[in-house]
This record gives sequence, C-alpha cells and structure tokens, in this order.
Amino acid sequence: MKEEIYERLNKVFRDIFDDEEIIVKPETTANDIEDWDSLEHINLIVAIEQEFGMKFNMNEVTTMKNVGEMVDIIIAKTR
Amino acid sequence: MKELEYPFDVAYLMKNKKKIKRELLLKSGLLEKKIAILGGSTTSEIKNMLEIFLLNYGIKPTFYESEYNKFYEDAVFGNEELNNFNPDIIYIHTTNRNIIQYPTMYDSEKEIEEKLKFEYEKYKKIWDTLFSKWNVTIIQNNFEYLYYRLLGNKDASDVHGKINFITRLNQKFYEYASNNKNFFINDINYISSCYGLDKWANQFYWHMYKYAMEVPAIPYLSFNIANIIKSIYGKNKKAFVLDLDNTLWGGIVGDDGVENLAIGPEVPSGQVYTEFQNYLKEHKSLGVILNVNSKNEYENAIAGLNHPAGTLKPEDFIIIKANWNPKNVNIKEIAEELNLGADSFVFVDDNPAERQICRDYVEGLSTPEIDVAENYIRIIDKNGYFETTNFSDEDLKKNELYKDNAKRSQMMATFDNYEDYLISLKMKAEITSFKPIYLERISQLSNKSNQFNLTTKRYSLADIEAVNNDDNYIKLYGKLEDIFGDNGVITVVIGNIKNTNELHIDLWIMSCRVLKRNMEFAMLDALVKEAKKRNIKTIYGYYYPTMKNKMVNNFYDLQGFEEISCDQAGNKVYKLDISKGYINKNNVIEVNE
Repeated sequence: MKEEIYERLNKVFRDIFDDEEIIVKPETTANDIEDWDSLEHINLIVAIEQEFGMKFNMNEVTTMKNVGEMVDIIIAKTR
Repeated sequence: MKELEYPFDVAYLMKNKKKIKRELLLKSGLLEKKIAILGGSTTSEIKNMLEIFLLNYGIKPTFYESEYNKFYEDAVFGNEELNNFNPDIIYIHTTNRNIIQYPTMYDSEKEIEEKLKFEYEKYKKIWDTLFSKWNVTIIQNNFEYLYYRLLGNKDASDVHGKINFITRLNQKFYEYASNNKNFFINDINYISSCYGLDKWANQFYWHMYKYAMEVPAIPYLSFNIANIIKSIYGKNKKAFVLDLDNTLWGGIVGDDGVENLAIGPEVPSGQVYTEFQNYLKEHKSLGVILNVNSKNEYENAIAGLNHPAGTLKPEDFIIIKANWNPKNVNIKEIAEELNLGADSFVFVDDNPAERQICRDYVEGLSTPEIDVAENYIRIIDKNGYFETTNFSDEDLKKNELYKDNAKRSQMMATFDNYEDYLISLKMKAEITSFKPIYLERISQLSNKSNQFNLTTKRYSLADIEAVNNDDNYIKLYGKLEDIFGDNGVITVVIGNIKNTNELHIDLWIMSCRVLKRNMEFAMLDALVKEAKKRNIKTIYGYYYPTMKNKMVNNFYDLQGFEEISCDQAGNKVYKLDISKGYINKNNVIEVNE
C-alpha cells in the first residue's frame, strides 16, 4: 500500500515540478527540490488532494515535516 | 486546445500547466502583450493559469506582478519597475478581503454613505491615476459576496448589511465602467456564484496562503479574465455553424417527419430546444452570424426550420448547408463563402463523432463538448466565445450586411463586364480623418481584420485614441454604401509622418465584405491628397506576411508602389514618390470628404 502511494505521489511531484528525475522518499523535504517554494507548495497540496480524493486540514499542512509524514496522513485519510 | 475550453478538468490543468505552456509556445504568430497584475491578495497561480489560457487564444503575455497586497501603492505612487514595464493591460485583482470599512450596526445611514464613498474613492483614484499615466486598458474585479451574513436575509436589503454594502459598491464600479470605454469589470461576483460561493470562499486558502478564493477555482477566474483580454484584441468568434437534428430540435426530420419533432411548449423535451433556439437567435443582436451544417435533404432541413413552434426560421441563417457531404468540407465552404477564417466559427453538433472529425480537420474551429440538450446553453455560454467588450452599431446590423452581400452576388451574375457591375452598384464612400464616434469601430476593425491587413498591427481603443490625438499621423477611415445598403466603416489607413516629408503606412486594413469594389484605390487617392497637403514627398508601405494575409502580398505592387526591399521572411518595404504628381485611381466610387 505504501509503495503504491509513493508511486502515485512521485507522479504528482514530477508533473507539478515538470521534472522527470524526481524520486520522493520519506525524508524528502522542500529543501531537496529546487522549485518547491511556498507558492508551488499550495499547488502540490491541491494536486495531491485531487489525486487521492482527500483533503488536508490546516493543522496538518502547517505541521507535516516531510513526505513521510504526508504519506502517513494520506494513508490515515484514505483507509 | 480542447483542455482549455469549458468544462475544465481542473486537476489536469493544475498538474500539467508547465507542459501545456511549453506546447502552446510552439505556435507561431503569437500576439505579445504586457499585463500588469496588481493584487490585493496572492496572485501567483492566477497568473500561471491566465498565461496558458491566453496562449491558447494566440496571445503571449509577459507579466508584472505587484508585491503582495501592494495594488494601491503601485497604482497611485507608482514604482520604477512598473513604469519601465509600460503595460498594455492592468488587471486589478481585489476582492471583498480588501474592503476596509464595512458598515456596523452602530452606524447611521450617513456614516455608511461616508464609508461607501471612502471605499469607492480609493479605487477611483487608482483608475484615474493609471489612465493619466498610460494608454492602458484596465480590468477590475467587482466584489464577490461574503460567505456569511450577520443579519441573515436582511444583510441584502438593510444598509447595515455587508451584502448590501458590497452590492452598492459594485453598482458604483459599474457606473465608472459605463463612462470609461477602456475599463472592464471582471465579474467575480457572477463566477463565484456559478462556482458555488461556499466552495469559492474556502477559508483554508486564505489563512494558509492568502488566496482570496480556493485554488481549484482559479482556472475559472483566469479563464474569465482571458476571455475579456482576447475579446479586446479581436479574438472573439464571429459565427455559429449549427447541426439540425437533435441539436436545434429533438428527433430526425428526415425519419420522423416535421410534425413529430420535439420543439415548442407542449412537452419538456420540446421546451428545451425552443429555449436553445431563442438563445441562438439572441446572438444575432451581437452581430453573430448563424449558419447550418446538417446531413439532410435540403427540403427536409427547410421544412424543419419552418416548424411553426421554432423561433429560428430559414431567413435567420446566412448559409444553409444541408447535404450529405462531410461536415468538415461544408464548414470550409461556409468559411470561404463568408470570407471568414474557420477559426471564427463555433460548431455545435450533438454527435461526438462529427465533432471530432471537424475538430481534427478544421484548424482553429471551436467545437464545444455539449452533452444533453438541457446543458447546451450553459456549456456554450460559459466558453465566452462572444465576450462583448467593444460593441459598435455595426454589430447590430451585421446579419443584414451579409444578406446584402448575397444580393450583390446575384446581381453580379447578370453582368459580363465587372466594371459595369461596379458602376451599377452606385457606390458612395465617405473617406475622412477619424471621428470620435467611429473610434470604437476602428479599433474593432483593426483587431478583427486578418486577410486584408498589410501589417497586422493591433490597436486597442486606447491605442486608437492616442493616434487620433497625435498630429504626426494621417488617419483615414472609409465608409461605403451602395444600392443594396450601407456597409458602415470598412477600411482604415494610418500613416506616420517622419523626417518631415515621409509618410510611413503603419496600418492598412479593409473588411473582406467589400473586397474587389475598388475601395482601396479610393483610399489611396485620399491618402495621397492628405499627404500632399502636408508636403509629403514619399509614401512608404510595408507588407508583413502572416498565415492569413497572402491576399495582399502584391497589394502595393498593384497600387503602383516600387519594392525597395524584401527579407528572407518575406517582409517587404515599398515606396511611392508623389512629388512628381499622382493620377487618381478610383473611377467607380463617388467620394465625399
């Protein structure tokens, strides 16, 4: 299940940042991807919500520290 | 690109905008425009989406974006970057988040009036300052309703209500719009209600990112802005091409018979087609031309259109193609007969296969993805094909003008000698310097003319006003009438005086409605006369080839100019020495000055 989520997530990241070389890992953060600034962050969040058919709440968006935590929330909300 | 027409797949657009942009940038002949976005909230994604919608319309924007919520400072105090940017269009993205002084229950009516004035004057100052600085077009959001109502329903009717306040403020914006022709309202109050106000006002996006609407709503907002801009630059559609069976009525006239068609007030399935016919017919008042493209026996098609309950009659259409030819072939023929590009057409057909074939074979054609009859109007309307920015009296008469042309063709067939035919038309022209009442039409013509257009230079109304006020230009328009009717303003020439005795022709355009009537000769005669008055010795003409203006490739040769250069791209420069005399070329049109 986690693997499948990472695969789908990876596709979203590649589309949003228009970069076919991106590979996201649990420890990936905004510092690892050049174009990942606060403005692209919102587009990324929206795209992930649409991909997985779920919504993050404000608290989650402000506290998640890396992709690993993001995936945990996705799993919890799509279970 | 189908993906950029309504209805949208928002998730697809947001994820793939960079890819889409790359693809659209490959198109040639893009019109470059500078757009300043002055925002009262975050505008980044609005800009990104606007860019791809504009590219899809053939407009390549470059942007200036104000710092966050610095719309007032940028406009009123200015800044160097914006000054250097020198915008063609300024979009002011403000929302109810930017209203500072709402009324409270403690306020008297007079105090509320003061607050209204305070809020309005702030914006008026912005617009007046911008107009005083630049020949610019301003697009201004109105205000969307708030997502909560302190007074409940009374919020709308009571002066203390915020909804009431927003409504009154919007009304003041509209008054300004009706007095300023280069000022357009971007109606976010309407699009937020279509989108769903509760969703639009999703507070998550404000508190997290200072977006004044939810991010998935942005494509709808940006599309709305793009429609205003493409309309200003003359990229509206001009005509409908309509299928008949199950598009204008329910059923198949050839199989079911006229009496069994679903149309008229008796049954729901008939009502829906009547409404659709009414909606289409209303477009005639905008100057939109209606045509038919149907696989039918001609007699059956006409019988269907004569159905007593139908509101569209055969005489409402300019061209009716009812035959068994492929529909893409019919569309191309209609384009040729009307002298319009196929990209001027909206093709409406209930059959997805026909739509796809026409989309594949007719470049530039718009083919809305209509589904069931009750959705036809919404899907077509939301696409903004005929967004009205500059409306001229010409538009009201457009359908008549095309009808007159059909009569001229019939008469031409009775003459063996073309000049005899021209003389028989008893043409009268008015050729003179620009007049204020025609500036709107002149701007419109400069944006719509593609074929008889030597330089394809586009002029917004603001640009035309600037030319009109500048003595370094000779600017002539031509009106033409004949025994069949008045064609209105159909040709424009703008020449720039340089080095005291040279005239450089920046623009020479003519509507295709009046091709081969010798009007261009009458225009040159008038231009030379004006030039001589100002001691011009040489007139320079320019031809810049585009995909569409091959018709005038040799125009200056035919007018007696001498070619002085031609580069690899086919851009040509001509000159005409008028210092040693000039013989008038027109002898079939009576010209009044």
